[in-house]
Amino acid sequence: MDGLNIPLNHILLVSSLLFAIGMLGLMIRRNIIFILMSLEVMLNAAALAFVAAGAHWGQPDGQVVFMLILTVAAAEVAVGLGLVLQVQKRFKTLDMDHANRMQG
Amino acid sequence: MLEIVFFYIAATVALVATVMAMTRANAIHALIYLIISLLAVAVIFFLIGAPFAAALEIVIYAGAIMVLFVFVIMMLNLGEKGDKQERQWLQPSIWAGPAVLSIVLLIELVMVISQTNGPVSFTAVSAKEVGLALFGPYVLAVEIASMLLLAGLVGSFHLGRRYLERDNLEKQGGQ
Amino acid sequence: MSETIWLIPLIPLLSSVTLMLFGSRLKASQIGMLGVASVGIAALLTLLLAVEFMQNQQAIRLSLWTWMEVAGFAPGISFYFDGLTLVMMSVITGVGFLIHLFSTEFMEKDPSYARYFAYLNMFVAAMLILVMADNLLLLYLGWEGVGVCSYLLVGFWYQHNANGHAARKAFIVTRIGDTAMALGLLLLFTQLGTLDIQTMVGEANQTWQVGDNIPLIACLLLVCGAVGKSAQLPLHTWLPDAMAGPTPVSALIHAATMVTAGVYLIARTHGLFLLAPTAMTVVAVIGITTSLMAAFTALMQADIKRILAYSTISQIGYMFLALGVGAWSAGIFHLMTHAFFKALLFLGSGAIIHCLHHEHNIFKMGGLRTRMPVTFWSFMIGSAALAALPMTSGFFSKDQILLQAYQLPDIGPALWAAGLLGALLTAIYSFRLVFVVFFGKANTEPDKDTGWRMAVPLSVLCLLAMVGGWFMIPVSEVFPASDGSHPAHWVEYVSIMVPIVGVLLAYFIFYSGRLKIDGLGNSTLGKRLGQFWFSGWGIDWLYDHLFVKPYYGLANILKGEPVDAIYGLIVALNQTFNHWLSVAQSGRLRWYLASMAAGLILVITLAANLSGGSL
Repeated sequence: MDGLNIPLNHILLVSSLLFAIGMLGLMIRRNIIFILMSLEVMLNAAALAFVAAGAHWGQPDGQVVFMLILTVAAAEVAVGLGLVLQVQKRFKTLDMDHANRMQG
Repeated sequence: MLEIVFFYIAATVALVATVMAMTRANAIHALIYLIISLLAVAVIFFLIGAPFAAALEIVIYAGAIMVLFVFVIMMLNLGEKGDKQERQWLQPSIWAGPAVLSIVLLIELVMVISQTNGPVSFTAVSAKEVGLALFGPYVLAVEIASMLLLAGLVGSFHLGRRYLERDNLEKQGGQ
Repeated sequence: MSETIWLIPLIPLLSSVTLMLFGSRLKASQIGMLGVASVGIAALLTLLLAVEFMQNQQAIRLSLWTWMEVAGFAPGISFYFDGLTLVMMSVITGVGFLIHLFSTEFMEKDPSYARYFAYLNMFVAAMLILVMADNLLLLYLGWEGVGVCSYLLVGFWYQHNANGHAARKAFIVTRIGDTAMALGLLLLFTQLGTLDIQTMVGEANQTWQVGDNIPLIACLLLVCGAVGKSAQLPLHTWLPDAMAGPTPVSALIHAATMVTAGVYLIARTHGLFLLAPTAMTVVAVIGITTSLMAAFTALMQADIKRILAYSTISQIGYMFLALGVGAWSAGIFHLMTHAFFKALLFLGSGAIIHCLHHEHNIFKMGGLRTRMPVTFWSFMIGSAALAALPMTSGFFSKDQILLQAYQLPDIGPALWAAGLLGALLTAIYSFRLVFVVFFGKANTEPDKDTGWRMAVPLSVLCLLAMVGGWFMIPVSEVFPASDGSHPAHWVEYVSIMVPIVGVLLAYFIFYSGRLKIDGLGNSTLGKRLGQFWFSGWGIDWLYDHLFVKPYYGLANILKGEPVDAIYGLIVALNQTFNHWLSVAQSGRLRWYLASMAAGLILVITLAANLSGGSL
């Protein structure tokens, strides 16, 4: 509009920061609920990058991919939270380091 | 001009809220920070000309998905004991290594990003355009997404049903 | 009578089977009776057959049934009977009967009495099949049958490890020869299309010329078999060790019958050997070399049975010499007389061993002349025959062999001279045995004298050893006649004199002590030579280092399954990787995440670098 636009670099930088923070959270938390939250943050960061890129080119594709990511996030959270209930049920804890036994 | 200022404010809020969310010991507190972060990101979406995406972000992410989290946390009813446990786990010795990894990754990403430049056009991409693209060239992706949702539905139903049934069985056995 | 010759091997076989199946339920007297009687009946039938044969001189062929039939190859269970067979059968059943009788007393105290007679009867049956066989395949059956019986009887007292070792040695060493013989049979069959001995020899004479290569190879392969069975160089090493068996077994199998099977084989197939003069020369050279080697060795032995074993090897060497120079009937004649006097000597030694608490060392005996008179006279007569003193049976047969050897062109006189040297040595070592064991002062007291069941066979064999030389063996129809010429008279006189000189030497050295050999024996060279001869010319040592040790070495290497090690390496690698990878599969989610992050960093770095930074 007036020539002073938001630089793409900066949006992507925010996206990268969000991603890195999400990943850090993923690695340091032992509680499965926080792990799922961290995943959401990372997915959101990726979605931000897509939308920014789509806006950069003035195309709708970025938003289309955002919607797909949204779908993935929804499905993942549904199943993931179901698993949280099962983990709590079986191990009486949400600590993922306790749930390290494999069957078979 | 104002948009640019808003962008930086929104970006700062998003980052701070995310960091807070990642470091809280209480799950509900963390969740609220996360919602704030998502809302900030929705603002960024709006600012860069994706109002439809911003709406979806608020409705589905900050609304529906986060509500799921809230329900589950309420069902588990972790309480004070869980908080103490969480604080104990957040020792520097635990997060130092992952932090290094994350920072290295961030530096790499920044280096890659710094090579691109150019502004984001503020030409809003309307919901209509998105809908046309979605059901035009991307219709196959929509089908796949629908299947994914179905699988998620079936999976969560399966897991949740067994949880409830077993609970009931145990209660009956106790009586 | 001629229709019932199949009964002769059948009766001992039936007796053997009976003893194997029901031996544990029979009383010792019944076992002995059965074992002796079966061979006795066989001997009686042979005698009747001999009487009939003497009248009509007819060779008999009796085909019982076809053994197998494959693509024109149809060996039968069929017997052939002529003068040569008669001689062999008489020796086997006659001497065999006497030895069985002797065994009843010798083995009386043995707990495995029934097993002993079962083996012994089976041996007689197998040996009869060997000599009566009409075709080479049936002969091979008997050949292997006697081999098995020899193995079983050498290892009869299997409780001692050494006996089992000796039995295995006997079996394996003869097996080398047998394998060569089997190859010979295959060669003959592929070339002539039959294994029937009479037909085959006829075919061979039509197909081949004298001096052709194929009969030479076939004959040499047969000689290998004969050499193994008859304990000639280079496969003789098993016989001295085979003395681990009971002494009557040594008498029957390792002196009178089985070891002469090689001689019989060559005599039976002499039609082939006449086509291969080189093979005959080989036989003669093997015979005389073995004879001398064994004679020198016998000179140094101290174990009474080993002396006799080497003496047997030496005497069979003479038979081979006879066969090699074409003196077929002389060879068979020597086979027969040798069976008499060697069986006599072995039974005599058996009697000594029996009465002297199983003492084998001749230097621990001595002075037995007055205390065991029957045995003494048996040994005197047997040794005289062995040394070929005039008028004994051995004299006639050995004299014939030496004279015929002399008449051979080119190498004849050399063979004769070597044979004479052997005869001299024979006289020395056989009378050394007599003088050491029966004269001088007594070292061990016998705890009993021989019973009648030992004395009777000894006496009969004494008689045979004395007069056996006057028998006329009916083989004139079987073998081609010799030209009948005689060498010069001095040759005969020398041949007669040499054994007498030998006996005198033995007398002066070992009895009167007038001839001192201590100085000779104690010199360095003498000691070395004595040790060398004592060890049987070091051949056992040589084989041990040449074959046995490398084989053990190889077995040791293969024991670790080196080929499997290659696959084992693959398995070990897989297991190592498995361990490494299973460390990664800790089940700890955060560890996985950290790994993924590290991988992600790596991939981005690589992608950025590969695309030249223009990502």
